[in-house]
Amino acid sequence: MTDSSEDRTAAEAATTKTAPQTSAFLDVRDLKVHFPTDDGVVKSVDGLTFSLEKGKTLGIVGESGSGKSVTSLAVMGLHRASRQQRNKVRMSGEIWLDGKELVSADPDEVRRLRGREMAMIFQDPLSALHPFYSIGSQIVEAYRVHNDVDKKTARKRAIEMLDRVGIPQPDKRVDDHPHQFSGGMRQRAMIAMALVNNPELLIADEPTTALDVTVQAQILDLIRDLQKEFGSAVIIITHDLGVVAELADDLLVMYGGRCIERGPAEKVFYEPQHPYTWGLLGSMPRIDREQTERLIPVKGSPPSLINVPSGCAFNPRCPYADVPKDNLTRTVRPELREAGSGGTPANGGVAGGGGHFSACHMAPEERKRIWTEEIAPKL
Amino acid sequence: MFSYIIRRLISAVILLLIVSAVTFGIFFLLPKLAGQSTDQLAQQYIGKAPTAADIAAVKKNLGLDKPVYEQYWDFLKGIFAGVDYKFGPEAAKCHVPCFGYSFKTHIEVWPEIQSRLPVTLSLAAGAAVLWVVSGVATGVLSALRPGSFFDRAAMGVALAGVSLPMFFTGALALALFTYQWPIFERSDYVPLLDNPFLWARTLVLPWVTLAFLYSALYARLTRAGMLETLAEDFIRTARAKGLPERKVVVRHGLRAALTPIITVFGMDLGLLLGGALITEQVFSLKGVGAFAVEAINANDLPNILGVTLLAAFFIVICNLVVDVLYAAVDPRVRLS
Repeated sequence: MTDSSEDRTAAEAATTKTAPQTSAFLDVRDLKVHFPTDDGVVKSVDGLTFSLEKGKTLGIVGESGSGKSVTSLAVMGLHRASRQQRNKVRMSGEIWLDGKELVSADPDEVRRLRGREMAMIFQDPLSALHPFYSIGSQIVEAYRVHNDVDKKTARKRAIEMLDRVGIPQPDKRVDDHPHQFSGGMRQRAMIAMALVNNPELLIADEPTTALDVTVQAQILDLIRDLQKEFGSAVIIITHDLGVVAELADDLLVMYGGRCIERGPAEKVFYEPQHPYTWGLLGSMPRIDREQTERLIPVKGSPPSLINVPSGCAFNPRCPYADVPKDNLTRTVRPELREAGSGGTPANGGVAGGGGHFSACHMAPEERKRIWTEEIAPKL
Repeated sequence: MFSYIIRRLISAVILLLIVSAVTFGIFFLLPKLAGQSTDQLAQQYIGKAPTAADIAAVKKNLGLDKPVYEQYWDFLKGIFAGVDYKFGPEAAKCHVPCFGYSFKTHIEVWPEIQSRLPVTLSLAAGAAVLWVVSGVATGVLSALRPGSFFDRAAMGVALAGVSLPMFFTGALALALFTYQWPIFERSDYVPLLDNPFLWARTLVLPWVTLAFLYSALYARLTRAGMLETLAEDFIRTARAKGLPERKVVVRHGLRAALTPIITVFGMDLGLLLGGALITEQVFSLKGVGAFAVEAINANDLPNILGVTLLAAFFIVICNLVVDVLYAAVDPRVRLS
């Protein structure tokens, strides 16, 4: 039953897919990741397009349930790693990694790319590392899946990687188990494991959320240094704008499984276009703010991914939902438009186009006025 | 790791001492508290119409006139050093380990148990291999395809296995495969070394019936454990490395899911080694379980005491092995 639907998606994909026009290293086009459940179809990612160059960092920002983690797992092929998973997911769209299309590819082919060309680090390194195996053996395993070397060579490589990520006495610590490492060390070890095969794409899913504040900065620095050294493309997924503020070249803000704003990080930070982005910036504590002033939280809770609000998914929580005329916000879903020009993007290349896009019905001038007069002064 | 084993070993010995004291108390102190005189106790060791002199002799010989703690001490000493009894003109040596004499048969407890151990060991070991392999395999396959036809069928059979009592499935197996179609003829236990083929043939039905009951439990346990483990973050990490799914399931999933199964297995095997009471009855196997039933029916205190201690010994030993295995499997255990 599900196998046939898989075939269908693959067949559809085969007829429609052509190599990407841009030379982007990672090119995601109209990606949809849906999970049919008894209560309805959960549209975790519903038409997402972005691209990323080598050596660049993309930050994907959004609250829980916005689809950011699902996106990263989709790129890694981790929704379709086992038969059981394949039965639960419906994926469409295109993911081009270095000229290879991954959505329609054979799961085993994607598996061979995992860990070698693309690697991932996860939120909580304690639960993401296997409690029964030593740190070293887990790195050795990651190396030997893709490299035909003996254990001794792999172990040397593991020690080298642990050294590179700043683990003291790596030749001794290599035999320790995860519970013998501190939180920051565990995340370093995770990074060592992810980078052991020199992947060209590194995805970090909330890499610092489970860590002490003092360690967070070290880990982010480490990721930045390693990126410079290896020249890989990096995607950082976070709900914390502070994390990506310094690291990311481009930002993509997700809401309800879609992109509602994307562009160069500076633009998104200093001239945010979407009311939801304003909300995210307003929720960020800042030391230079007057203490008497309150944070400006985004009201309400994330939308249901089964019954996404019609029109703009953000409309039930948007303080400006009534600004556009004719109830437009609640009836028509806004398309991504380039800031200023108001045109529709022919091809959504964040890094390639260099544009700043947002999906909002309010006129650009109106938004600019609200941002400069009402929002920015309070931040 | 070494000190961990030593610690476990010491606590196992202490536990066995406590068990022996409690059991001894139940069998030799309670009758006294219940108003039974030492004369009555001594009478059980002799024939129907004993003389007062006989009773006095037995009391003295078996130390029944001593305080209970001294009796217990003698009992413990007997296990490690043996005891010399004098019954009037005859003298009898109760060899190490001496658990005393049977009231009824006037045979030492230990050699009798010893002669029945191979039956119980064969039964338990064979069934254990069967149920672990089939139970774990079924559980893993079910967990890999939850909701599939295989899963539903396997879990249905497992439910039946857990619910159906041994004396029903055993009798059914006998009725079908011994009487209706005599594939496995009824025969007495044949030692493994005498004739391995006959040994196995006698035991196939009890093995399968016993394993059916247990593998059902293990299949459900494994399935639940695997489903939980496969949802763990470290499984996602293993997949993110690009490991083939088979390795993800076995090396990362099963390894972690097996720990609770080891615990249960230790207890089950320990219990079973102390005698599979019902199975041995149904299949007329003369094992430790049948011995226990006979002893209880005959109200033969020394035999009951011996068999109880043996059962406790097996349970403690199996748990000790489980603890050590646990530490070998899960490095986090070694710390505490």
